[in-house]
Amino acid sequence: MLARRIIPCLDVANGVVVKGVRFGDHRVVGDIVALAQRYAAEGADELVFYDITASPERRRVDVAWIERVADCLDIPFCVAGGISSVDDAGAVLAAGADKVSINSPALRRPALIEELAARFGSQCVVIGMDTVDGRLRRDSGRPERASDSGLELLDWVREVESRGAGEIVLNCISADGTREGYDLATTRSVRAATRLPLVASGGAGRAGHFAAVLEEAGADAALAASVFHSGEIRIPDLKRTLLARGIRIRPVPPGGLQGAA
Amino acid sequence: MSTRRVVAVPVGGANFGSVRRAFERLGQAIEFSSDPAVVRAATHVVLPGVGAAAPAIAALHARGLVDVLRRLEQPLLGICLGMQLLFEGSEEGEGEALGLLEGRARRLPPAPTWPHMGWNTLRRSVDSPLLAGIDDGEWFYFVHGYALPVGNDTLAQCESGIAFTAVAGRGNVFGCQFHPEKSAAAGRRLLANFLDL
Repeated sequence: MLARRIIPCLDVANGVVVKGVRFGDHRVVGDIVALAQRYAAEGADELVFYDITASPERRRVDVAWIERVADCLDIPFCVAGGISSVDDAGAVLAAGADKVSINSPALRRPALIEELAARFGSQCVVIGMDTVDGRLRRDSGRPERASDSGLELLDWVREVESRGAGEIVLNCISADGTREGYDLATTRSVRAATRLPLVASGGAGRAGHFAAVLEEAGADAALAASVFHSGEIRIPDLKRTLLARGIRIRPVPPGGLQGAA
Repeated sequence: MSTRRVVAVPVGGANFGSVRRAFERLGQAIEFSSDPAVVRAATHVVLPGVGAAAPAIAALHARGLVDVLRRLEQPLLGICLGMQLLFEGSEEGEGEALGLLEGRARRLPPAPTWPHMGWNTLRRSVDSPLLAGIDDGEWFYFVHGYALPVGNDTLAQCESGIAFTAVAGRGNVFGCQFHPEKSAAAGRRLLANFLDL
């Protein structure tokens, strides 16, 4: 049986990791490679890098840092932000990413999902979704443009599955940044609507929140940013807590606390 | 310096860079080539690959690699889709694969989720030098929607709705359904074992 996954999300701007707030002032958190290696050594199951400069400025993800990450990382990672064509995705995957995550570009042109799945396989096509009140938001990363997409969340979930997506990252906007827990009801509704692997995002504040979204809402993975970056939750401690609750989790690798070789 | 010459045959999909980097982290250079002469001259051949089976099978035929790969006597390791190509074929796409191992890939059941994506554990069924030092219950990273049923060439199995072949082998031919290049220390061990064959 698969393990549930714990996924730190690193927001990247101009080649460094910045504080996990997608709007306003970006505080520098640290070097991409050093942070990625630390999380991998601590037992992160996968990493997501969100290039927050790429999308608003309508330019492609800078692949130089992706190559640097790929050189040192021996766990899977996904890149989000600024990928709006098969060529963009190809460049990111060729630089060493395992998956690409697409959000607004898929809403603008849903056929992109099929094109990516046909070219690279469904397993690397992740669809990011920003939702509030059961509706789907578009361009959430660009406050001046953010708007309702005109779509119901669950309709879009079913559509991306039928078009060949391989995974869904569900970000519940009203929970995001609150640290009061994931939106269990919305996550549960998506779980019931699709067989695709489901990554819950937004609202993690303590270990119990991870347990709840994995156990009660049926998410396959839980993503978080600020609680990991700040050190408030350490992945080895989190994994021990989840294991003690009987959740199937890949244990922290031996020697993981001393850093990877 | 190593006297090994490791050649990977790029068929289908992207992400060959991860395989290259994983071998480089072990201190082993690796070259990518579809040239039959280069492949034949290798000491170790790797068949990586992600993506769909049909275009990969077609690419093997189009590049004249089917007979080359079938006749290799040196260690050959297929990874993920590359492993499936070592078998007879796949429900995912028409066309005859290499047929070096026995069985055909089938679509995994949609329960609990599909595709099978994430970390899962091995259950070993046969001893193999490829699995030296890798215990039952070791974790590896999987991403796939099709898999080989458990059969005569199964060395270790895994489960996603049904049991399937996670590691296969016969003679010089080996395959793993998971991605050793993305499976942290356990993956490094498997690749190092392959280089020692």
